[in-house]
Amino acid sequence: MTRESAQFGPQYGFGVYIHWPYCAKICPYCDFNVYAAKGRDPEPLLKAIRKDIAIHRPRMPEHGAADSLYLGGGTPSLLAPDAIAGLVTAAGDSFGLKHDAEITIEANPNDIMRMDLEGLKAAGINRLSIGIQSLRDHALAFLGRDHDSDVARAALKRAMKIFPNVSIDLIYARPGQSEDEWQAELADVLEYGAPHISLYELTIEERTAFGKAAARGQMTPMGDDDQADLYELTQDVLSAAGLPAYEISNHAMSEKYQSRHNNIYWNGGDWMGVGPGAHGRLSVGGNRYASEAERQPAAYIANVQALASGWSEASKLYPLDNARELLAMGLRPSSGIDRTRIESVSDRTLSQAKIDVFVEEGWMVQDGPRLALTARGRLLADALTAELSP
Amino acid sequence: MISRDKIRNFSIIAHIDHGKSTLADRLIQHCGGLTEREMKEQVLDSMDIEKERGITIKAQTVRLTYEAQDGETYVLNLMDTPGHVDFAYEVSRCLAACEGSLLVVDASQGVEAQTLANVYQAIDQNHEIVPVLNKVDLPAADVERVKAQIEDVIGLDASDAIETSAKTGLGISETLEAIVQRLPAPKTGEVDAPLKAALVDAYYDPYLGVVVIVRIHDGVLKKKQKIKMMRTGGVYEIDKVGTFNPKLTDVEALGPGEVGYFVASIKEVGETAVGDTITEDKRPCDKALPGYKEVQPVVFCGLFPMDAGDFDDLRAAMGKLRLNDASFTWEMETSAALGMGFRCGFLGLLHLEIIQERLSREFDLDLIATAPSVVYEMTMTDGSEIELHNPADMPDVVRVAEIREPWINATIYTPDEYLGGILKLCQDRRGIQTELSYVGGRAMVKYELPLNEVVFDFYDRLKSISRGYASFDYEIVGHRAENLVKLQILVNDEPVDALAMLVHRDRAESRGRQMCERLKDLIPRQMFKIPIQAAIGGKVIARETLSAMRKDVTAKCYGGDASRKRKLLDKQAAGKKRMRQFGKVEIPQEAFVAALRMDGD
Repeated sequence: MTRESAQFGPQYGFGVYIHWPYCAKICPYCDFNVYAAKGRDPEPLLKAIRKDIAIHRPRMPEHGAADSLYLGGGTPSLLAPDAIAGLVTAAGDSFGLKHDAEITIEANPNDIMRMDLEGLKAAGINRLSIGIQSLRDHALAFLGRDHDSDVARAALKRAMKIFPNVSIDLIYARPGQSEDEWQAELADVLEYGAPHISLYELTIEERTAFGKAAARGQMTPMGDDDQADLYELTQDVLSAAGLPAYEISNHAMSEKYQSRHNNIYWNGGDWMGVGPGAHGRLSVGGNRYASEAERQPAAYIANVQALASGWSEASKLYPLDNARELLAMGLRPSSGIDRTRIESVSDRTLSQAKIDVFVEEGWMVQDGPRLALTARGRLLADALTAELSP
Repeated sequence: MISRDKIRNFSIIAHIDHGKSTLADRLIQHCGGLTEREMKEQVLDSMDIEKERGITIKAQTVRLTYEAQDGETYVLNLMDTPGHVDFAYEVSRCLAACEGSLLVVDASQGVEAQTLANVYQAIDQNHEIVPVLNKVDLPAADVERVKAQIEDVIGLDASDAIETSAKTGLGISETLEAIVQRLPAPKTGEVDAPLKAALVDAYYDPYLGVVVIVRIHDGVLKKKQKIKMMRTGGVYEIDKVGTFNPKLTDVEALGPGEVGYFVASIKEVGETAVGDTITEDKRPCDKALPGYKEVQPVVFCGLFPMDAGDFDDLRAAMGKLRLNDASFTWEMETSAALGMGFRCGFLGLLHLEIIQERLSREFDLDLIATAPSVVYEMTMTDGSEIELHNPADMPDVVRVAEIREPWINATIYTPDEYLGGILKLCQDRRGIQTELSYVGGRAMVKYELPLNEVVFDFYDRLKSISRGYASFDYEIVGHRAENLVKLQILVNDEPVDALAMLVHRDRAESRGRQMCERLKDLIPRQMFKIPIQAAIGGKVIARETLSAMRKDVTAKCYGGDASRKRKLLDKQAAGKKRMRQFGKVEIPQEAFVAALRMDGD
């Protein structure tokens, strides 16, 4: 078998991710690389990110213009439209953005209410991902959000007037949440007609406020069986509403509304990561590299100034690394992954005996070389991935 | 050498916590054995475990020089005996080296089961016994009640019992005076006869090698002398002779009636046999001292390192422990579930616990202990006899004609409000009641019990039923043929060797069900349903099903998560954590540890 060299595959996409690490308030469940925004001057970090973007272009001669730009965080919606425009322009100048490139910004409902959304659109943004999290006040309070359900509803309406491509994030499987409550809340959400919804079970991460509360026994996370019930309910409700899952936690009205940027991650494309703690994957000269920027904003800024790169490390991925990442990410989208990509990159064959069992158990469908998980299989994605991993 | 009539050899019999060590400390202090500065709390118990638990594991001895009221100077040898039934033989050798005992009873607690066993041993050795009521300063002390109890239960005259408080020093000089006046001097002993000495105990000292504690009966033990151990046949030249004051103090020679030590280039405690008779190599005595017994382990369990990489460390640690403890035996054992380890034999449950604790404490090893098992005797259909130390090695039942298990005589003392629960516990454990009597608000009950029912969790249950007030003692009375079967635990149809056990047929089902239920809660769910079964031979007698896991998925997985996902897969591929649902289910070690901790019926 000839090994698929780790060449950039334009069909899998090329995207740019910018991490803005500041938040008005740190949520108790969040384990991202985030810092309190209060009293910070955004300018030095903006400058460093723009410089970082400009520096990388010559290192990647094989990549054409980017398919997507994603401003994530943290809370990038804290930035003024002109600052956002500056980042979009920097990315366009350095990498180039395809004429139909997806340009997303993550936004907090409070920010949407006070923001100049037309200005945002003028800055180049064409997709909004809104952190609604819930339409229930008690849940928003529990989740430590800085907005209530009225603001969430108003923000959603306001955003959808200006942006046809809106995504909303919701968190479910909260302690004590019943199936009926969740079903009602989902119906409520679906009323707004957003074409893309991401639904995440509340995950208790060790180093968060929730993690510490759970360790002290002050909070009991929902059990796996109940979570599985809610997941299945979610699949049924969203499918019936015309938003089937296209990934474990992501639903879209049609292929057009799927996140092009996130599909790059799951399909094994390339992405440049800039901003504190951002990760990247770049295929250059037949090798694939994993990059990670300095996590601390001050260190990131210093790195950009001193070394002309915000990266703290970039390491070459070996054949088995690439195969494992392709599998772990590739089993997440409903469309699955072409097994020959994994096999040729690693020179190892996936166990057909295991695949047969997975198919027999109703966890997986096999269509030629393409392996994809069923709804039941998606609930066990981590275990199945570990089992099948070369 | 000391004149025989100026020697008093005595031991102290007491229940744990009744103040034996503190009393000994006061006696030493009074006789000026140690300066104030050297006087650490509880001089006698020198191992950390002994200090913490207030128990004595190795016999020790202290020589006191006491100027009595009659103006004469006496040498008092205090023999400190191990206080636990596991070391009953060592206790008997210690007592055999003395002519009298102090019976120390806590004036608020009264007589306990353990006290009783030891005091009867002392009576068997023809000891004079002086009752001492300790802790009389406590508000709960009831001197008259305890005196009556000593008379009723033990049959000793307690009218002239000494009242002490080792804590305050009350009654210490009275005690010393009673030792001189009421306990006898060594009755026999010829200086010119060939050496005849009893080997009381031995311990390993990193500087001196093995230090042997002896009691001289006839003759003289001195430096450069060539001695012979009559039982083991070992011949050694004496390097040092001395006494414990309590520091090791060299003397020229030890004569009849004296207690002391010698050092003779002995490398391991295993070369010495407690109870052996020591004589001269060139001029042996004609007859060994009576009462020698070979000590046999009665409880066995497997010890495995938590981390397979620690096996060599465990082996080295066991070798070192054996330098000092010859009564604990071990051989290599390989378990499919737990890897390489050792099958170890112990004198009893406390001994097992002590060794385990010393291994983890002194050698910093994390261990898994399998369920303790007793020694079964089997008569095979071909007439041969075998001993079974490990249920996993049980031969095919069709070849076994008869299985016999060890039984014990258990004595339990308890405040009577807990008696009902204790009787039920004993009945549940196939016990046969042989005696039940009441003495002043306390009940004494005797049961015959199979040792196998006691090794699991009997102590813990007894403690919880009686809130710690019941005391328990036992002696092995022999093996009896019983309807015993090998209970196997199967996880996903695979027998788990480390969980195999021999149980009585009548108890098999409840034990099996209990184990299956417990494992069901302990084994993490797998991708498939897993049957957990208890079986006798090919017959399943209990079954639980571990339902399949339904959810194992990361909710959020984007660009920043790819590295984390990959590293997790690397770890799963490299480590043992990887599930193999196509073959065996891996039972996490925590599950084993918890499953083997059999509490609650």
